[in-house]
Amino acid sequence: MAITPPSERIWWNQPIHKVELYWIILAFCWGLVMFFMMIYWHGAGSQNLSNEAYRIKPELFAERAQAMIDQYTVREEGIFPVVHPPPGSDVYLIARLWQWWPILEFEKDQSYRLHLSSLDWQHGFSLQPVNINVQVHPGYDLVMNLRPNQAGEFGVICNEYCGVGHHTMIGKIYVVE
Amino acid sequence: MANNGEFRICPTTGLKVHLPAEMLIKANAVVAVVFLAIGGLAGLLVALTRWPAVHLLPADDFYLALTAHGLDVLLVWIIFFEMALLYFASAILLNSRLATPRFAWAQFGLMLVGALIVNVAVLQGNSTVMFTSYVPMQATPWFYLGIILFAVGALIGCFVFFATLVVAKAEKTYEGSIPLVTFGAMTAAIIAVFTLVSGAIILIPTLFWSLGWVADIDPLMYKTIWWAMGHSSQQINVSAHVAVWYAIGAMVLGAKPLSEKISRMAFLMYILFLQLASAHHLLVEPGLSSEWKIFNTSYAMYLAVLGSMIHGMSVPGAIEAAQRAKGLTHGIFEWLRKAPWGNPAFAGMFLSLVLFGFLGGISGVVMGTEQINLIMHNTLYVPGHFHATVVAGTTLAFMAITYLIVPLIFRRQLVMKKLAQWQPYLFGLGVAGISLFMMGAGTLGVSRRHWDITFSDAPLPFDYPATAFLMMGLNGLSAILAALGGIAYVIVVVASILFGKRIGDTEPIATGLGTVNTYGNSETLRIPGTVVLVAIFFTAFVLYYFVNWKYLAEVWPMN
Repeated sequence: MAITPPSERIWWNQPIHKVELYWIILAFCWGLVMFFMMIYWHGAGSQNLSNEAYRIKPELFAERAQAMIDQYTVREEGIFPVVHPPPGSDVYLIARLWQWWPILEFEKDQSYRLHLSSLDWQHGFSLQPVNINVQVHPGYDLVMNLRPNQAGEFGVICNEYCGVGHHTMIGKIYVVE
Repeated sequence: MANNGEFRICPTTGLKVHLPAEMLIKANAVVAVVFLAIGGLAGLLVALTRWPAVHLLPADDFYLALTAHGLDVLLVWIIFFEMALLYFASAILLNSRLATPRFAWAQFGLMLVGALIVNVAVLQGNSTVMFTSYVPMQATPWFYLGIILFAVGALIGCFVFFATLVVAKAEKTYEGSIPLVTFGAMTAAIIAVFTLVSGAIILIPTLFWSLGWVADIDPLMYKTIWWAMGHSSQQINVSAHVAVWYAIGAMVLGAKPLSEKISRMAFLMYILFLQLASAHHLLVEPGLSSEWKIFNTSYAMYLAVLGSMIHGMSVPGAIEAAQRAKGLTHGIFEWLRKAPWGNPAFAGMFLSLVLFGFLGGISGVVMGTEQINLIMHNTLYVPGHFHATVVAGTTLAFMAITYLIVPLIFRRQLVMKKLAQWQPYLFGLGVAGISLFMMGAGTLGVSRRHWDITFSDAPLPFDYPATAFLMMGLNGLSAILAALGGIAYVIVVVASILFGKRIGDTEPIATGLGTVNTYGNSETLRIPGTVVLVAIFFTAFVLYYFVNWKYLAEVWPMN
């Protein structure tokens, strides 16, 4: 029994049951399929988070974002500037307590280099209802190559707990035709 | 040498029971149950707040309750109970004295003091940093100090366990190799050492940082090392509850492992590969390469998953073999139909096995796929997954074995037997609901650790789909069911310990121990029921895995 020492003293020489052996082989092969599926998707799939990231001082990130806001703001929405950067350009989205800053406006089927970083604590970039979720750290600039393929209005939720105002931290991304 | 006066002979098993070990098992188990009650209550408050129609607590209390819930159930309840299991699997099962009971009491004292300090720190309201306490968000120094003391206590407990293995071997208290259950407990203890050392490496500097002695803790480094504790400690739980499955199979049905070699090899795979799982929390993090993520998140090509899949056949297989040897051989499932479903130890164990495999195991592998994590990270899918593993898996298994520990160690008969019979089903159903509905809400993008998904006081509006609100409501209802199951457990256990009929020194209790010897051999073994169950599991796994790739392929391209 499992709570007593093995009844056969030389248990490691006991033959393996066929049914267990087949299951182990099947499970091992399934593991290989799942392992190579991730590698395959890097070649064949379109949803791979880039490995591009830099260390950056929060002040420098804020400066770059401000430069973009100054250059490409097209209108205001409440306190938020709405920024329409040119396709292919570097776009900065600031995460801070408790805001995603600014509101971004993209063109459908165009690529953007979206930079994400936090000025204070950790935050979570959660693009809804698309459901893309990326962790945002202070001191790290993560560069995502994003190509929106639907037009509309999207929410940016914070999904990393960041203090008592966490649930009010919400931003917006527009995608226009 | 052991003092013979410190032993009693168990009338059921004939094992020598070391009285100081027995006392320590009782103490650890009782404290564990107390913290389960506290942490479980906090969990109910969290679920009722996340139910939009109820929205019970204000925001700051909600985040505070969530922090306390994580700490008290994931850390304190489970590790206290594991200490009881370690002493049980070493001293009791090996027929030995426990090495250095004084150190074991130091384990108990340090963990208790640590747990109390953390709880007071959290309840004071300025350490609402969640269980994960990601820097640069800062708690009071007491918070980190409490966890460190708790961890040091647990580490001492592991070494008492190892020392007991050495003592038992030296004093020849058993013949041949250690039992499989003790081997599983040893796996848990080895992983625990790795885990607790990782915790010390990251939490000691973090304590210094909170005291102002260290200027800065890098958030990515913190996460990488913290999860070497945080995730690997869940693998302690897996090893421990798999050992409990085998133990209950043996104690209730006399089940014998199909193959000692295969089951031990599966445990060994946990030791070798489970530590890589820190990566599961870092799949959408900046600054780590895809190569690193793929290798680590898959435990080096899913070798630890392989270990669990092996147990997934060998645990029910052992039960089927035991039942068939007793003559329940009609058709494919007579052995299962006529299993002792009215025995809460067996029912809890089998529900734990099924829910852990189908809900927890599959969702964990899918979510831990490098790219698929993009559509799940930090959504409610994550707590949906780990409530299936840690609550339906570990907690339910620990509850189940309590129904054996009460008569064997506390030597009290269970009271309120009807309630005890219903308890695993109530709790299991509730937790299954919690897991499924949170995963459902997560698939719809609902954030975890979030007070208000209606965003009523946010500067910009956003609406989650109506289905998400339905999911949160169903989650709240499931949490009530699970809470009722949890309360039933606490009532039965506490009432039995206090008021249960004492079991005399010479009075054996009814178990299935020793009723089964052998069934089949490597050529003639027939376990068709288990093969069917495993085939259903495997089909569900493959389908669900590829369905999620399809979901992923539908989101915005990112290359």
